[in-house]
Amino acid sequence: MKHLLSTEDLSVANAIRILDTAEEMAAVGDREVKKLPALRGRTVVNLFFEDSTRTRISFEAAAKRLSADVINFAAKGSSVSKGESLKDTAQTLAAMGADAVVIRHWASGAPHRLAATDWIDAAVINAGDGTHEHPTQALLDAFTMRRHWSKLAGSSSIGADLKGMRVAIAGDVLHSRVARSNVWLLRTLGADVTLVAPPTLLPIGVEHWPCKVSYNMDDTLAQGVDAVMMLRVQGERMNASFFPSTREYSRRWGFDDNRLRALDSLGLKDTIIMHPGPMNRGLEISSAAADSPRSTVLAQVRNGVSVRMATLYLLLSGDTREPAVTAGAAHINAARSNAAHSTKESN
Amino acid sequence: MAENNGTYLIRGASILGAGAEDLLISDGVIAARGAAAATHKDADGATVIEAAGLVALPGMVDVHTHLREPGREDAETVETGTRAAALGGFTAVHAMANSNPVADTAGVVEQVHSLGRAAGWVDVRPVGAVTVGLAGEQLAELGAMADSRAQVRMFSDDGICVHDPVLMRRALEYVKAFDGVVAQHAQEPRLTAGAQMNEGAVSAVLGLTGWPAVAEESIIARDVLLAQHVDSRLHVCHVSTAGSVEIIRWAKERGINVTAEVTPHHLLLTDDLVRSYNPVYKVNPPLRTDADVQALRAGLADGTIDVVGTDHAPHPSEHKECEWAQAAMGMTGLETALSVVQHTMIETGLMTWADFARVTSTAAAQIGRMTDQGRPLDAGEPANIILVDPAARWTVDPAKMATMGRNSPFAGLELPGKVVATFYKGHPTVLDGKLNTPYRESAASAAGAS
Repeated sequence: MKHLLSTEDLSVANAIRILDTAEEMAAVGDREVKKLPALRGRTVVNLFFEDSTRTRISFEAAAKRLSADVINFAAKGSSVSKGESLKDTAQTLAAMGADAVVIRHWASGAPHRLAATDWIDAAVINAGDGTHEHPTQALLDAFTMRRHWSKLAGSSSIGADLKGMRVAIAGDVLHSRVARSNVWLLRTLGADVTLVAPPTLLPIGVEHWPCKVSYNMDDTLAQGVDAVMMLRVQGERMNASFFPSTREYSRRWGFDDNRLRALDSLGLKDTIIMHPGPMNRGLEISSAAADSPRSTVLAQVRNGVSVRMATLYLLLSGDTREPAVTAGAAHINAARSNAAHSTKESN
Repeated sequence: MAENNGTYLIRGASILGAGAEDLLISDGVIAARGAAAATHKDADGATVIEAAGLVALPGMVDVHTHLREPGREDAETVETGTRAAALGGFTAVHAMANSNPVADTAGVVEQVHSLGRAAGWVDVRPVGAVTVGLAGEQLAELGAMADSRAQVRMFSDDGICVHDPVLMRRALEYVKAFDGVVAQHAQEPRLTAGAQMNEGAVSAVLGLTGWPAVAEESIIARDVLLAQHVDSRLHVCHVSTAGSVEIIRWAKERGINVTAEVTPHHLLLTDDLVRSYNPVYKVNPPLRTDADVQALRAGLADGTIDVVGTDHAPHPSEHKECEWAQAAMGMTGLETALSVVQHTMIETGLMTWADFARVTSTAAAQIGRMTDQGRPLDAGEPANIILVDPAARWTVDPAKMATMGRNSPFAGLELPGKVVATFYKGHPTVLDGKLNTPYRESAASAAGAS
């Protein structure tokens, strides 16, 4: 694994490896000195063609906790806004010696272009591309779910998957990179996923996805669910006739106070409520639901840093890279990975 | 090439894939065919071309070419585009109207026409815009373009659909006055706002805005009914879906005067290729599914689809070296069309070389109302002829092409069939698979004296 572009092609072994490494990274966040020297001297560029303060600072915190040098490159107010192409931007970053590029882009597939072309040789991490994927968000969601699921089972989360966990993902699936990345990753980890959305906000072709589809939130809850993930609804969808009004949307598909109470009456005492943020309180999620003990919203943010540390660490330390062809290179890789481990252990 | 008197004796070519015969080309026409060729009075001193194993076909006629000139000479010129056409086995191309300025006046179509004549590689038949500036608001001066030296018969806003039903009706009615045809780019604009690829299983995964089949099919359904209502002639550009084939089949059964075209790329490639996010696969209409590909092949074989049109659309590399959503739509096609059609239609047993001549030449010339193209290979007919080596195999390398466009979706693919020679008005524009010299009217008329 040289890049992290999507969860669709992430193997179960690599997924669990990232989650397990994130557990180790989380322990760093609990220390007084929240820093490892693992990526000292390495340069991580946050290349953001789309505003996302949350994701950017999460990656920034992750890279800094690993002692990497961080360059934030926001396309707005840079040469990109003056018409510089992705190719020229990538080649510029390559010339400056970027080891990893964390890219957020409004165009689906832009990270794939960086990874597939010879414009830049750095590790590419997809921090959200168009309506395609947002793999680190799915990984942090899975991390959050795995901790919950393991706690319920009374076992360690290390090495665990999500077999048997019932997850509902509700809202604007059509335009959601979070939903796509979650569907693939949760399938890989063995969870049972149900998408809940108005038919207008489900993509044509969703019937081929490894999940169930429901148009009815209450039925989905009544059938039993262990995690409910609410997706953000963009206000501009209303003007494009995806649904008649925000009130109707909220009534039919939002997680409101009635549905929060329904979890209790249905006996679903351990069901968690998730949201990738930023939330539209009162639209897809009520304040009571967002602030309830069931809510994992802030845990997700916290876990995001750990998961992104793990991703950067694994990609840049060579740990999960493709097996080298020659014995010599394999030896070097093994040596590099041992060195990285010993560095970590010594701290 | 050695000087000659403009006389060529083609020996032992398989005519339209049938038995081997000789063809004698002299003074721009086929002087004789068969046993009469070698004994013809003009055969003495003729340049002999040994054509055993080669198939002789009428020069291909493309109903759908973007030559980009005037306006985007960084993408293609009439000179480079028609060189590519000759190498690809074409003797005529229809140059689409979306140049800059748009080919919506007699002046612009005459310019393109004269550039084509000056280049001398193929007949360049300009297509006139249906509406002023392709804006879809007001009819362009269709009559003036028809009466111009370019003698425009095909009109199209290609790239943009004439979506206003009243305007489309009027255009269909108006072109009846000069036996014209409206070639529709069938794309309902509201259903395809921001569309990036075929809407289906792959677009759902890739998160790219879908271009649904219904956006094409609904326009075709409307247009065939309009053509029936006003008793006019409709041509449907680059049909891409199984549903479109069904609608056109239905319309033809009802006697509606509709013709349709399919591109080589829609006969071979599917939207699975978009998974790479490589914009070389970005085209309009988009690559569809395998079921669509099979339906298009069946439709071309059974005559529902009349012709192959390349939709040759060269772009400068910077328009493809970018994010998918930013990239221009279009693929080159002139130099690969023959091979792709051989691969998809002949090698699959769906068509013969005679069928190939129909869909790449005869029917195309008829749609464009060209009288000296797409003719039988018989004595007295104009000598627009190609010789094809069907056993050749080659690997597509866009860098070696004559077109300025490097955006071939077939790059790296091994394909069958190679154009060995192209005769345009009796003159070899291509010989031994290489570009020869352009046809010169003065040279041809002076040939007898030289």
